[in-house]
Amino acid sequence: MSQEENTIEEETAFQELPDAPPRRKIRFTISGKIGIFFVLFWIMMVLIGPYVAPYNEADFLDESLFIVPGGDEYPDTDYQPPSKVAYLGTDYLGRDTLSRILYGARTTIGISFVATLLAYLLGVTLGIAAAVGSEWLDMSLSRFNDAFLSIPTIMMGLVVIAAVGSTIPILIVMTGFIYATSVFRVARSLGQDVMVSDFVEAAKVRGEGLWWIITREILPNVVMPLATDFGLRFVWIILFISSLSFLGLGVQPPMSDWGSMVKENLGGLPYGSIAPLMPSLAIATLTISINLIVDDISAHSGGKLSNRMI
Amino acid sequence: MLVQAIIKRILISFVTLLVVSIIIFIGTSLLPGDVANIILGQMATPESLAALREHLGLDQPPHVRYFMWLGNLFTGDLGMSKAGSGIGTVGTEISVMIVPRLVNTLRLAGMVAVISIPLAMSLGLLASMYPGSRIDRAITFTTLSIISVPDFLVAMILVMILAVQLGWLPSIAYLSGSETGWQLIRALLMPTLTLVTIVSAQIIRMTRATILNIMSSPYIEMAILKGVNRKRIIMRHALLNTVGPIVNVIALNMAWLIGGVVIVETVFAYPGLAKLMIDGVQTRDLPLVQACAMIFCATYVILLMIADMASIISNPRLRHPK
Repeated sequence: MSQEENTIEEETAFQELPDAPPRRKIRFTISGKIGIFFVLFWIMMVLIGPYVAPYNEADFLDESLFIVPGGDEYPDTDYQPPSKVAYLGTDYLGRDTLSRILYGARTTIGISFVATLLAYLLGVTLGIAAAVGSEWLDMSLSRFNDAFLSIPTIMMGLVVIAAVGSTIPILIVMTGFIYATSVFRVARSLGQDVMVSDFVEAAKVRGEGLWWIITREILPNVVMPLATDFGLRFVWIILFISSLSFLGLGVQPPMSDWGSMVKENLGGLPYGSIAPLMPSLAIATLTISINLIVDDISAHSGGKLSNRMI
Repeated sequence: MLVQAIIKRILISFVTLLVVSIIIFIGTSLLPGDVANIILGQMATPESLAALREHLGLDQPPHVRYFMWLGNLFTGDLGMSKAGSGIGTVGTEISVMIVPRLVNTLRLAGMVAVISIPLAMSLGLLASMYPGSRIDRAITFTTLSIISVPDFLVAMILVMILAVQLGWLPSIAYLSGSETGWQLIRALLMPTLTLVTIVSAQIIRMTRATILNIMSSPYIEMAILKGVNRKRIIMRHALLNTVGPIVNVIALNMAWLIGGVVIVETVFAYPGLAKLMIDGVQTRDLPLVQACAMIFCATYVILLMIADMASIISNPRLRHPK
């Protein structure tokens, strides 16, 4: 891996203008490419999932589909193992697991994505404000934020849901707020690093306004680290919302969502049914893939001398 | 200086806990309808509501209620749960409900800590000794996978293998309270294994990152340039300097255990504090949720404090801030 990085540097280092930072293309490792494949796959499924699903998410499969010649006249349709009728088997009510996963992609990924966007909107706005604003603003925002950060996310979620119940808008807003606290911290520290740099000082001396400095100097310099952070935060939020759904406190039936699908079918686990396993594998393929991509990107931007020497 | 820094950190934790208690209190008093309403439910008449409100002090303004609640917390009076409430009774004392559950959860957490800390530290050390090697890649990939999948998937895979396929262990961890010795360990084993897997993965990653971070510091680079061999560098130069950060990592992970406990106790129907809290959330038993949340948050804040103290003690620069 280290050899690859070296060759990339040698190829491009002298082609750029001397005053522009050398642009290196990210070269993904095999695991990164697998990650990209799965992420693209799930994005596709969010868009077209319900159209390619073999059944509707709420359809109970007819028992006549499962009759084997010479077998039981009326077989149970629930917890069926994978077959040609239902490729991933059926769930505890005899619904097609594959179809429900494809429908659920939209719910799970959609809710998590909107919540992540909200967390970023709030966290980055306030974080940059704290970084460029007065000391008083920074102090008050940071102390307030620290207090919220010292409550475990799941506890915060449980308390809010106990008080106001669980609907999709509440779920999104709550998750957005909870994760905005950690985005705030990242954005603030990145912003502060840029704020004290020489080029910002030069801009100030030049007489540029605060808005100009924020949009032209600070934001472009924090975008890349924030983008990798966005990936990780998105993963945490998917896991958080799935966990809540798994506890029966997130997305409510009859909507299909990966976390609640696991909860519904947990009863089949002792009998070896794969119905609870499949939706959690769906979550796993997505979250592991995002992490693999992020890993490749941060390996590309990092890489210390002594790590390679030892 | 050291004592001052530590006292300062303790004071900060104390203030944090106060703020946390305010957040929890406000969070659970957001909605109209109060505890008296919840307790009486269908049987509420205006007279009985007023009487119960007065009994519970709900006729006071919010800030007075908050201080009453806080004062009661300090004296160990956690209030009344709605569980078991009916005509003539106002529910169960929360402290009575909580104590046995807390013991169960602490038992679980204790077992997890005893197993996962030595295991994870040695694997983390192993991975960081040979960065980029096959064993390091295997460890890094496995731990990355474990931390990026939902906790309940880890639990389910273990159930699939150990309970369903091999039939070695029970797939739920029900405790009747009369188990002793081997029975108790057997019941605890599945939830413990699940949590050990989750927590170890995090500790391994953080240990590896910490050691590699130290390995890239100038004095290690100096040692490399001097020609000291790798094992000697790690054992002599790096290891002592990692003690502080690693205690920090362990305390942080014990704090994060809280999130895992919530899921694992639900999967295995383990009668711990987190399960009690989830049941409380489902039945909207707000006093119970408040009490459990306070216990979890206090544990969290204290562990974070220990983590910070480890860094302060081990790092002279933090001990003498400029």
